[in-house]
Amino acid sequence: MKSLWKIRCTGACLLLAGSAAAQEIPDSNRVRDLREVRIFAPRPVREISPGQTLQGAQLQRLGAQSVADAIRYFSGLQIKDYGGVGGLKTVDVRGMGTNHTAVFYDGIQLGNAQNGQIDLGKFSMDNMQAVSLYNGQKSNTFQPAKDYSASAAIYLTPLRPEFRDGKNYLLKGIVKTGSFSLLNPAVLYHQKLGKRTALSLNTEYVYAGGQYKFRYRKVNGYDTTAMRKNGDVNAFRAEASLHGSMPSGDWSTRVYFYDSERGLPGFVVNGVFGHTDRQWDRNFFWQGQFRKDIAKRYSVLVNAKYANDYTRYVASDPTWLLIDNTYRQQEAYVSVAQQYTIKPWWTAGLSADYQYNLLNASLKNFSYPRRHTVLGALSSSVTLPRFNAQAALLATLMNESVRLNSASGPKRELTPSLVLSWQPVKNEDFRLRGFYKNIFRMPTFNDLYYTEIGNSRLDPEYTIQYDAGFTWNRPRPGKVLENIFLEADAYYNEVTGKIVAMPTVSQFRWTMVNLGFVKIHGLDVRAGATALICNQVRIAARMSYTFQQARDWTDPQDSFYGDQIVYLPRHAGSLIASLDYGDWGLNYSQLYTGERYNAKRNIPENYMQPWYTSDLSLRRVVRVKKTELTLTAQVNNLFNQFYDVVISYPMPGRNYKAVLAVQL
Amino acid sequence: MQRTLLRLSFCLWMMTMACRKGDHIVPPVVTPVDSAKVDGYLGFYLLNEGNMGSNKSTLDYYDYTTGNYVKNIYATINPNMVKELGDVGNDIRIFGSKLYAVINVSNKVEVMDARTAKRIGQINIPNCRYLAFANGKAYVSSYAGPVVIDPHAPIGYVAEVDTATLQVTRKVIVGYQPEEMAVVGNKLYVANSGGYRAPNYDRTVSVIDLETFTEIKKIEVAINLHHVKADRHGDLYVSSRGDYYTVQPSLHIIDTQTDRVKKSLPLATSNLWMHGDTAYVYGSAFSYNTHEWTISYNMLDLKTETLLPGSFITDGTDKQIKMPYGVAVHPVTGDIYVTDARDYISPGTLYCLDKQGRKKWSVTTGDIPAHFAFLPAP
Repeated sequence: MKSLWKIRCTGACLLLAGSAAAQEIPDSNRVRDLREVRIFAPRPVREISPGQTLQGAQLQRLGAQSVADAIRYFSGLQIKDYGGVGGLKTVDVRGMGTNHTAVFYDGIQLGNAQNGQIDLGKFSMDNMQAVSLYNGQKSNTFQPAKDYSASAAIYLTPLRPEFRDGKNYLLKGIVKTGSFSLLNPAVLYHQKLGKRTALSLNTEYVYAGGQYKFRYRKVNGYDTTAMRKNGDVNAFRAEASLHGSMPSGDWSTRVYFYDSERGLPGFVVNGVFGHTDRQWDRNFFWQGQFRKDIAKRYSVLVNAKYANDYTRYVASDPTWLLIDNTYRQQEAYVSVAQQYTIKPWWTAGLSADYQYNLLNASLKNFSYPRRHTVLGALSSSVTLPRFNAQAALLATLMNESVRLNSASGPKRELTPSLVLSWQPVKNEDFRLRGFYKNIFRMPTFNDLYYTEIGNSRLDPEYTIQYDAGFTWNRPRPGKVLENIFLEADAYYNEVTGKIVAMPTVSQFRWTMVNLGFVKIHGLDVRAGATALICNQVRIAARMSYTFQQARDWTDPQDSFYGDQIVYLPRHAGSLIASLDYGDWGLNYSQLYTGERYNAKRNIPENYMQPWYTSDLSLRRVVRVKKTELTLTAQVNNLFNQFYDVVISYPMPGRNYKAVLAVQL
Repeated sequence: MQRTLLRLSFCLWMMTMACRKGDHIVPPVVTPVDSAKVDGYLGFYLLNEGNMGSNKSTLDYYDYTTGNYVKNIYATINPNMVKELGDVGNDIRIFGSKLYAVINVSNKVEVMDARTAKRIGQINIPNCRYLAFANGKAYVSSYAGPVVIDPHAPIGYVAEVDTATLQVTRKVIVGYQPEEMAVVGNKLYVANSGGYRAPNYDRTVSVIDLETFTEIKKIEVAINLHHVKADRHGDLYVSSRGDYYTVQPSLHIIDTQTDRVKKSLPLATSNLWMHGDTAYVYGSAFSYNTHEWTISYNMLDLKTETLLPGSFITDGTDKQIKMPYGVAVHPVTGDIYVTDARDYISPGTLYCLDKQGRKKWSVTTGDIPAHFAFLPAP
């Protein structure tokens, strides 16, 4: 079970009780990465309730281009996808809205104080070790206050240096090409520097012409096929990280740089099938992490980050309003988390974080906001053999200042959370779990200060979540059906004071208000199994199903009172099935998103058709001496279904990709 | 056991994969609201703007011959029109036997048969805004003139269109971001907003000589002009939207004999409809400084150019109206029609009031109901 040990040590998402990844533990004489031995072994992290995780080989098999493409297979989550390689892809967890999901990269949150949205389409899968989703929060006993501060959290864990066969380096090159004139080379290099230190370098370039055919067709009506244009992307990413360990501690530091230019193909409406808008993004951040057991019972974790983001947006159609806006954001973050072990089964944690954000923009009459946020989290965890619990209290203090106009008032919030897990029967890996969480999201800088739209009088938007569920996992060593698992969660959420755009005197004059009350009833189900046939063929399957009833209860006078909220399907699901035989691998994945409405009122005018796409990929590993070549051929949207995720933003039909990876 | 489990899960999976039905054209919704009564008009069209980018501009029709309100008629009457009527309807007029609808984001004036709403053709004019008619010609204002002085905002123009051939015959440059137009005698008056140049709004009404189709003068009025309507006495009523911060919306009266502003009223005017010697005015004034707005419903006496006392809604129906967005008055019966755009992203409501301002009926419309055109009986 060396492999299990490896997975457990990977850092982020480890207690896999019931989580799908654990079912995929490869058998040791077939998969070679078993010989990998990481030189750093962070102590296993204790989590009360595991999240959903895709990692390692499973993640590679999916062949996803970006994090957004991979994360779609989780339950209880919707991706809002504007289409194409360069299209914006944001995530909405359990119907609460994009801004309620925090995204962490290598342990520290990716910030966007401007609009609170992280474009998951910008994060490549090439250097990703694991992608995890936690509802409520990661119930780790030892983490920064930030980790408690969102309604849901996604953790992206980049690959950490790993060395095998006594080598002290690793070099991997990947080239992807295919539809959309995609050219996507990447290089990954890991180097051991002494006994306790290792370096990781990773760089990637993405070019996509971005053109694809789309089709709109009505029964007994029009049928038109056109080419999606101005969807090109040119992106360059470079990352370097250093990882080190010391007696009873470890540290890491990372620099990240991303530079891109892309076309924004825009909406497709009568008479307008193309746009010329363009966007440039430049993101830089540095972050560092240091963890040490100071005394036998006392540990400290220090995190720090500086981020500098630049965005320029140009709309240059000469017959419309010309826009050329630049936005510059900076963020500084420092956190100290402490853990004290009162008894072996009882710990207490105290974390304090400080964050500074600023936004400058080339807008007329812009406010130039600066935000100071102080977060304090007090938590306590009980870990008994069959019962686990964590209670946490988060205090948030926020102050803002502006150069022009009026600043938003100070905010003071105190929000609790509770996570429980219980194993009723001793020898059965069946656990009941549940959580309660009360949290909020701060209005973004755009909500508060965007010229002519922002409203500095806004309050935070609150969510309350109740979740109850179970995880069941049955390993069957030596049997054909090696493993089965089943997980289900029922939940109820409330979103109050939802920040929505409200029209004023015309449809081109909006303002932001705290208006909106949504109740969400949902059910997430995940199941999976692996089978080993004739000791040679391994079949693995996992599926997820999501039911969500998210209804708007804002105002009984509204025609849409009680209607399902915008873009949230009542039913959604996914399936991943894989077959491995020797050096060959076949993967089939399918997504289903049920009918939705693209506006508040659930009427035929706003109806969006369900869509389901199937992706198929075939993989072959070839070994030449010590060099390992992996060839992958992929067909995505196999049945060439045309659909919109967002109204007037058509998605691509059938498309192809070929991947060549060489590892020395 | 394994096989059963696999089969079972497969079946469950297939069940969730409910097949998707074909994408059908959304049929009209017919709502009987009143008794049939033809008083010189067969019906009226109501153009719903639809929120930008949603392609949800739709056409509704009220039929006086049946008393039925028919929501969303265009797509079913013209099923082969790719992407239906289009994005953001901005004006609708009937001239002769044709119905003209300005679809702003779709960069076109849709031309239909006035009786059947069957498409005849379209006039391609980028970023077109409003319509006016005179002497067999249609006039269309457009934001999309050449970039001359301000590198960030094109200057606007007015296109002259032959209503027989639907071809643009002449163009004249006016001010920045021209909006509504009115014809008095042989002159065309164009309200220029300068909305793309905020806070340096345009302040003028352009006067175009229809014979030579040239701008003969500019009348200085107020910032950010929007509507312009001519009364029966040779006066023009021009609305200013203000700047949404400190400059309040207002209404200005131009004497077309002298082409000068003769009176200004501090009256928030979002839109107005002239009926005989009365103008029905509603206004919603909003300020980004207070984030509050006030809504008012007023009547103006066009002879005395003074505000009449009271609101034109007398029975408290105004309390139900969230966001008034259009007004019209039946030329014969004097029935008043007011639309409510509500939150702009869900269906609106049309209210019919009698001439005393009491509600007769209301009906659900498309998104952002805004512009009216009455269809005269032959």
